Amino acid sequence: MLRWLLHPLNTANRKIESWVLRRVKRQPGPVAVSRRRLYILPTRQGIVFAVMLLAMLLGAMNYSNSMAFALTFLLGGLGLVCMHHTHGNLVNLEVAAGRAQPVFAGETALFDVHLHNPSKRPRFALAGSFERGVALPGYADAPALDTGRLQLPVKAQRRGWVRAPRFAVSTEFPLGLFHAWTWLELDMQTIAYPKPEGTHLPPPPADGDGSTASTARAGDEEFAGVREYAHGDPPSAVHWKAAARTGELVVKQFSAAQRDDLTFDFDALTGLALEARLSQLCLWVLDAHTSGANYGLRLPGQTLPTQSGEAHRDACLQALALYQPQNDSAHD
Amino acid sequence: MTEAASRQVVSRHTTLRLLAVLTVVLAPHVSHVPLWATALVVAVGLWRAGAAARGWQLPGLAVRGGLAAAATGGVYLSFGTLNGQTPGVTLLALMGALKLTEMRGHRDHMVMIMLAYFLLVTHFLFNQEVPMIAFLLLCAVLITAMLTEINHPQGPLPARQTLRSAGVMVAQAIPLMIVLFILFPRIPGPLWGLPSDSGANAVTGLSDSMSPGDITNLSQSDAVAFRARFDGPLPPPNQRYWRGPVLWDFDGRTWTRGEAANYLPPARLTDIGDPVDYEVILEVSRKPWLLALDVPTQAPANGVFSAGLSARARRPIYERKLYRSTAYTQYTLDAELSQFTRNVATRLPSNRNPDSITLARQWRDSAGSDTAFIDRVLQYFRAQPFVYTLQPPALGRHTVDDFLFNTRRGFCGHYSSAFVTLMRAAGLPARVVTGYQGGESNGDYFTVRQSDAHAWAEVWLNGRGWVRVDPTAAVSPERVELGLGAALPAGEPVPGLARRTGAMLENLQLRWELVNAAWNRWVLAYGPEMQREILSRFGLGDWRSMIFALVAAVTVLLGVVGVWALWQTRPARNNDQALRLWNQVSNKLRKHGLERAADEGPRDYTDRVVAQRPDLTEPMQRILRAYLQARYFGTAQDLAPLRDAVADLKT
Repeated sequence: MLRWLLHPLNTANRKIESWVLRRVKRQPGPVAVSRRRLYILPTRQGIVFAVMLLAMLLGAMNYSNSMAFALTFLLGGLGLVCMHHTHGNLVNLEVAAGRAQPVFAGETALFDVHLHNPSKRPRFALAGSFERGVALPGYADAPALDTGRLQLPVKAQRRGWVRAPRFAVSTEFPLGLFHAWTWLELDMQTIAYPKPEGTHLPPPPADGDGSTASTARAGDEEFAGVREYAHGDPPSAVHWKAAARTGELVVKQFSAAQRDDLTFDFDALTGLALEARLSQLCLWVLDAHTSGANYGLRLPGQTLPTQSGEAHRDACLQALALYQPQNDSAHD
Repeated sequence: MTEAASRQVVSRHTTLRLLAVLTVVLAPHVSHVPLWATALVVAVGLWRAGAAARGWQLPGLAVRGGLAAAATGGVYLSFGTLNGQTPGVTLLALMGALKLTEMRGHRDHMVMIMLAYFLLVTHFLFNQEVPMIAFLLLCAVLITAMLTEINHPQGPLPARQTLRSAGVMVAQAIPLMIVLFILFPRIPGPLWGLPSDSGANAVTGLSDSMSPGDITNLSQSDAVAFRARFDGPLPPPNQRYWRGPVLWDFDGRTWTRGEAANYLPPARLTDIGDPVDYEVILEVSRKPWLLALDVPTQAPANGVFSAGLSARARRPIYERKLYRSTAYTQYTLDAELSQFTRNVATRLPSNRNPDSITLARQWRDSAGSDTAFIDRVLQYFRAQPFVYTLQPPALGRHTVDDFLFNTRRGFCGHYSSAFVTLMRAAGLPARVVTGYQGGESNGDYFTVRQSDAHAWAEVWLNGRGWVRVDPTAAVSPERVELGLGAALPAGEPVPGLARRTGAMLENLQLRWELVNAAWNRWVLAYGPEMQREILSRFGLGDWRSMIFALVAAVTVLLGVVGVWALWQTRPARNNDQALRLWNQVSNKLRKHGLERAADEGPRDYTDRVVAQRPDLTEPMQRILRAYLQARYFGTAQDLAPLRDAVADLKT
């Protein structure tokens, strides 16, 4: 009650806002911004403008100055017209979920939001925000019949799926006197891998042959022939000279990589908490991938066979990110 | 705008463009503010442009504070006050310029743009002529384009884009302006009083005193004093006497109303003839006189009469005023004269103009009657080599003697002063009436200029009341019949429009006058009274119905703009016929929960549908083939198979 008395506008605003937010549903998109889900209010500058007009009106009355009346009324009309232009800058815009690259826990995931302008009138200065009135850096224009892009930064607190939260697309164009916005929640998610932490390779012995892995360093392996290119092989591994000669893509095989097949075993990492284990495994997967080694990953209830390449790395990282400990084998 | 945006850096191109717009907005003030203020504003503007172009450091708080104090001090020294219209505008322009020295981010630019809008309004304190409406619209578009540019945080949009957008918005605001102008309930001003120099460029109207020499200043100006429009035909030129202050008291040099005038009984009109109805648009005069055609029966515009049927408003005229009045050119004014009035109207300063007094008494004695005496005096003016001139020589202690017997050069003030002195010397009650005489007619309007200022005499005759006698007419009939320009010898300087020659130019000028007259009549004089009068014809006389009509009209106009904006932003019609047909498939299958996902390709979608509904295998495959053919290989003519296939799809 006291809040109502002290900050009637703010409180009313908050009430309306919570009512509006309750109506926002998570949708796959694309979502066309309809008039019913678009809200518009004057900005602080809009209020300053109105106060200035009031001062001009009083001046015009005092001096009985017809031209001052005319200017005041023109600017008043301009303010009202501007409301429709700001509204029109957002209405009928189509908001679609874009991609977001996976991140490591603790990093910020950037969700692409595509703003498709289906009309022949260009739209300018569209902003994304999580909190009304606090625009995220990076504005987008959506030219006529074209698409602009916004990025929503979402911090990945922990590993696993990161869902894009509810966000607003807003605009104050053209005159900054009105703030028009719409709330959306698009079905966008990306994955957060465990934060790579711990000691770098060599990993602790798994299957007893891990000790040799310490010698397996990229650069000092022996060239051991070529094999056929498989999807996911890094371009750096492609034997380009052979490819140019034969017309077939082949990948260089190194003896070290063959010799030192690695397997990272969750259960072998005793003495570490669950998340610390996953972080350690994550670091090793990355190290092994960088060194070009073949490696496998063994998690309770899940084994990824020894392999190499980006697709394999991503599969390993995803398994780590989504790993759920079984109740009976919980170690921590 | 958000916090992040308010800190945002503004491109130097934007700053330079804002400076250019401010230059346009401020330009007309050059003629109002002192030279040093213009120089300072220009210097600061140029420096800021240099700072924007070259990246110079903006000055610190001490420098800015010092400049602000110096500017305030300068204004005070120039005007002796900070209060008033011109000092206020000068100070505002200077402070605006100094604000430039701390203009960095988005918010500062925003403040400058608001200030630019505000500066625009100050011009109308000085000038409200027709061309100002063009200036107003031009500046409104320029400033609004700047505002648009500022509100595009990714960097300046092309000027063509912002100007176009601003132009569209201003154009859409014009109907709202007109509706608000007409219907917004006006209240009589002023709200808090006007500075003493309000309407600074207006010419001061008739003074309430007259010592020969004063009226010269008025006659040199061709500024419009007022315009009149007669309901019926124009009265003939020799009846176009517009009554202003009536002067009763003469101290030997100067005619004034005099203290006694406050105690004189009100005038009484009898035997009046046909009424002449007219309306007047009075320009700003900073004097209270409500000029009325000789003679009014009622003071117009809620004014009052002071002694001698001189109408005055309750306060000086600081705004254009429109009023209606009625005049009677046939009348008897004060058939009876009280002894007190007679005393006041025959009083002369002692020890002044002895020769004139002696002469007047001789003439009166020899003339036999009052009228014969008046004729004798006028005959004297006519017979002796009197010259009508606006550049009379200085007069000595006995002004009337000096004028009548020595210099014999003067204008209406001299003649009326001498004439009334002679009348009073002979015992006839007489008084000086000042006002305007003449004017020019163009179309509906009759324009009276400051150069038409005039002074004449009224003599009270037994049985006839106060009779107007214009001694100037005796010397220079052209002054009364044709106006000042015709009355003056060719060598004398007169205001351009007072000497009415040059048909072509005059024609153009008169046409322009007509536009100005309509502008003044319908726009500038539009105030509370006129609003009520006009709107009551449409049943909108009271402010309640005005507000109702205003809200209704604004709603309708805004609705039109809103519909236009929605129409502009409607999704463009999908011209991809194949895609539209393909979308129909999804629509048909929606009720079965088989809507196509946004990211689903045609093959994937067909596979999914077929997996769910094996019965649709054949038609779906047919549609898919036709769609892929039409979409990726075909032309518009190949749509028929797809259209048929989609039409045949029975879910």
